[in-house]
Amino acid sequence: MTRAMMLVLAMLALSTCARAAEVQAAVAANFAAPMKAIVAEFEQATGHKVHLSFGASGRFYAQIRNGAPFHVLLSADEDIPARLEREGLSVPASRFTYAVGTLVLWSARTDFVDARGAVLSRGAFAHLAVANPKLAPYGAAAMETLDKLGLAAALRSKLVFGENIAQAHQFVASGNAELGFVALSQVMKDGRIAGGSAWVVPASMHSPIRQDAVILARGRGNAAAAALLRFLHQAGAVAIIRSYGYRV
Amino acid sequence: MFSAANLAAIVLTLKLASVVTLLLLLIGTPIAWWLANTRSWLKPPVEAVVALPFVLPPSVLGFYLLVSMGPNGPVGHVTQALGLGTLPFTFAGLVVGSVFYSLPFVVQPIQNAFAAIGPGLLEAAATLRARPWDRFATVALPLARPGFVTAAVLGFAHTVGEFGVVLMVGGNIPGRTQVVSVQIYDHVEALEYAQAHELAIVLMAFSFVTLLLLYAVNRRVAALGA
Repeated sequence: MTRAMMLVLAMLALSTCARAAEVQAAVAANFAAPMKAIVAEFEQATGHKVHLSFGASGRFYAQIRNGAPFHVLLSADEDIPARLEREGLSVPASRFTYAVGTLVLWSARTDFVDARGAVLSRGAFAHLAVANPKLAPYGAAAMETLDKLGLAAALRSKLVFGENIAQAHQFVASGNAELGFVALSQVMKDGRIAGGSAWVVPASMHSPIRQDAVILARGRGNAAAAALLRFLHQAGAVAIIRSYGYRV
Repeated sequence: MFSAANLAAIVLTLKLASVVTLLLLLIGTPIAWWLANTRSWLKPPVEAVVALPFVLPPSVLGFYLLVSMGPNGPVGHVTQALGLGTLPFTFAGLVVGSVFYSLPFVVQPIQNAFAAIGPGLLEAAATLRARPWDRFATVALPLARPGFVTAAVLGFAHTVGEFGVVLMVGGNIPGRTQVVSVQIYDHVEALEYAQAHELAIVLMAFSFVTLLLLYAVNRRVAALGA
């Protein structure tokens, strides 16, 4: 009798083990804060366990190609997931846009950036920080915006480049650059811009900053990986993503 | 052979390493001399401060250099008061960061060389009425020459290979602050692996030849001494 009960308990334990899986996720640095919030809800809702690594998408690409143990990638752009798919390093048709980034011209000083970004054409500053346009979609969008404003040539000598959007933000936050183009998600807290002054760049000024997610070859058949990406579509997750200034 | 951007990075790196090495020898020599001869209780703390860059992650060092040299930082206040503006994003800023970062690589070999001379020869020179400056310039300096060679080579090579600090305070401006190591990193991140390989091979060959020369010279000096 007791033996039978123990057998039942053991089977129960085994079955929950089988259902709760682990997923190793590589996530773009700009999406760190919303992802942590989403994962907390996800783990509570599903019992799956998520291990998060934050970093630059280009570096993740190199690591994935060389056998990094990631199951999913939430990239900062759409090119790298597409490339992984072409190269057979991801699960076909698992790719989708989980967030669209919003670019903002931001200064740590209050009253420095006006609501229309006219501060750019006045040019009364020494340094304008942008993320490296070659590496970061936000950097490319910033350069497109400057082009569209017809200011790219005039401001060229004032540009300083962060290796990624996090470093561009650091340059501005530390005051070393008076202003810079950063991600709205970096300066938003509780649904509003937390400090300094900002111009939210209209979406018409640059091509959309689509951030795509994909299940990687190593995540094939991993229940938690598929569940995590599905979870990003749910209302709760979408609300979190929006609250950080992304469009969905 | 090289792209213009790669070539500019190589030239800038050599210029930075040369300026930094020169400054390090000027700054490092008195520090090393003092450390080799003092009995002050200040010696261990000064040695510890000089050796900090051995231990601290360069990006950490770079971040605090960025903050302290910025418009709201203590160093930034001084440079602005002197009418120099702020140092980040300038060649001068890279020089300051690199001097700090490579200091132990220059101070320690020179200090060891001075210490190895021992008090005997210097005291003998003193009994021959050599003044302190004389003893330093005509006895200690020539005897410590291998230490200076090692220090100069290590200081130069370490500055060439430096990454975290220049990444943090540089702003990656072509021709002004974009050095080879940052450029390689950029190429890799941008998936331009061919360009990255090209620069990496140059860096590798340079480092190998530099160290080879250093060890060959030191061996000759040691053989001459024996």
